[in-house]
Amino acid sequence: MAEPVLRVERAFKRFGGLLAVDNASLAVEAGRITALIGPNGAGKTTLFSIISGFMPPSEGHIFHRGADITGMPPHLVARRGIVRTFQIVQPFAGLTVHENIAIGAHLSRRSRAEALDAAAEVASTVGLGDLLGRPAASLTVAGRKRLEVARALAAEPELLLLDEVLAGLNPAEVATMMPIIRGIADAGVTILMIEHVMQAVMSLAGHVFVLAEGRIIAEGAPQVVVDNPRVVEAYLGHGAAARLSAAGGVHV
Amino acid sequence: MRGPSIAHIVLVIAMLATVPLLTTSNAVLNFLIVALLIALVGQGWNVLGGYGGQYSFGHAAFFGTGAYVTAILQMRYGINAWPAFALGIAGGALVGAAIGALTFRSGLKGSYFALVTLAFAEVLRILASVAPITGAGVGILITLDLRPQAFQFQSRAPFYWIVLALLAASLVIVRLIEQSRFGAWLVAVRENEDAAKAVGVDTVRVKLVAMTISAAITAAGGGFYVQYFLFIDSGIAYGPWISIEALLAPIVGGIGTVFGPLLGAVVVKTLGELTKLITGDAPGLDLVIYGGVLVLIVAFAPHGITSLLAALRVRFARLRSSASEGVHG
Repeated sequence: MAEPVLRVERAFKRFGGLLAVDNASLAVEAGRITALIGPNGAGKTTLFSIISGFMPPSEGHIFHRGADITGMPPHLVARRGIVRTFQIVQPFAGLTVHENIAIGAHLSRRSRAEALDAAAEVASTVGLGDLLGRPAASLTVAGRKRLEVARALAAEPELLLLDEVLAGLNPAEVATMMPIIRGIADAGVTILMIEHVMQAVMSLAGHVFVLAEGRIIAEGAPQVVVDNPRVVEAYLGHGAAARLSAAGGVHV
Repeated sequence: MRGPSIAHIVLVIAMLATVPLLTTSNAVLNFLIVALLIALVGQGWNVLGGYGGQYSFGHAAFFGTGAYVTAILQMRYGINAWPAFALGIAGGALVGAAIGALTFRSGLKGSYFALVTLAFAEVLRILASVAPITGAGVGILITLDLRPQAFQFQSRAPFYWIVLALLAASLVIVRLIEQSRFGAWLVAVRENEDAAKAVGVDTVRVKLVAMTISAAITAAGGGFYVQYFLFIDSGIAYGPWISIEALLAPIVGGIGTVFGPLLGAVVVKTLGELTKLITGDAPGLDLVIYGGVLVLIVAFAPHGITSLLAALRVRFARLRSSASEGVHG
């Protein structure tokens, strides 16, 4: 089997007495959408921060195409083609939408004009084409989430790490965002997404990892994973799986 | 990116360049030379503080180094004033790079960065007030030699044109930064460091380069100061007064804009002169005025006079269009 784009091997992260990530291992295969799900506080965002270089793991290793990138600073991880978005959106608030996205495009383009052109193109693929001149601070939640995606996408990543880009959106906004994510993957970008919106995970992801209390408790195809009693119990509490199956099975 | 074109800069500088042809008043020229000098020093601060969001309270460290290197090389080593001036700029840049490496690599931000830069400038001031090479408490007098090749002139006009040329260079440098990838990265660092890192910006390096350029521009102001006043001591070179002037001009005029420091320097210096006219030479009163101006600016134009003017222009345009609608409608 080919070397995965990303491999996390036995990662641990301790914050004092708290074990946020506990012996987590996962692999992201090229060319598909992999989802990382789990209850609140499971350590998903911490794991993202470790992968993207924002914090080093206490133990364990991160490999990008077989090369050990553990502890590499974030800008170098990004230059290797692993680009993240932030769950709590981090726009360049004082800049316009166009300028925000251009910062991402500058990763591979020195010229200001080329970066701005590329940014305009990316903006239209995520549906921000009409808002180029708007200050980033004036965008709605949905707009800011799109801006996060656009800025990362403009950096032309090989692997895009999406941290809950659907959270806080209403059903109509989720419905317009899903084809955008699908389109990014179809264009050849490998995606690892943290997501709570199960409808999106079920329809987008080819492979799912479930993180609970810092541990990977299940992985596999989406349908297989959501039927796993351990996953149901991680979300709903001990004994929930038995009660649900007694009540007539799990419906997603 | 938004901002004036190089043609705008050329136009403004050309207009300013005609002043010595219109007046020979030493008072007027002296006032303008000092204002342009502060604009230059403020432009240096603006690169790091305005565009990079790193508020230094210690730009005296660079001003003083530029001044002392220019003076020491001439008086102690017999080097011609022009190369001494160039080496003064290089010396200031070097001090900027060194302080930047120490502060940014240890992750200092915000008020901690401000306090540490202030501390560096104060340490240099104390060292300069005791070291023999800087003339200790006495300072350094540059020997009078009124020839252009010694960077000294009979009249004030050449000094005026030289400081104007330095300012012009700094305006063009800042405009080029605005239009470059480095400038985009610098602004990204100001707006959100984590987001910048996530798209591949080496934030420490960007800040370091900005501080080096910033220090070089401010050091040019220091070197010019020495040639103009032919005297430097530790209080002038590394004293807090110049650190305050350096940040006041861009903050009043508009930080992160090309013309902000020039506008701010002219406004602040004009106010200073007006208060002197009204109050006589009561010591410290101009500082009181500075404080008052800063309070007013922060209260009513937190982004400086340039943004206030832009806002007024929008409002006037709106008034005019509604007025003409009233006439036609």
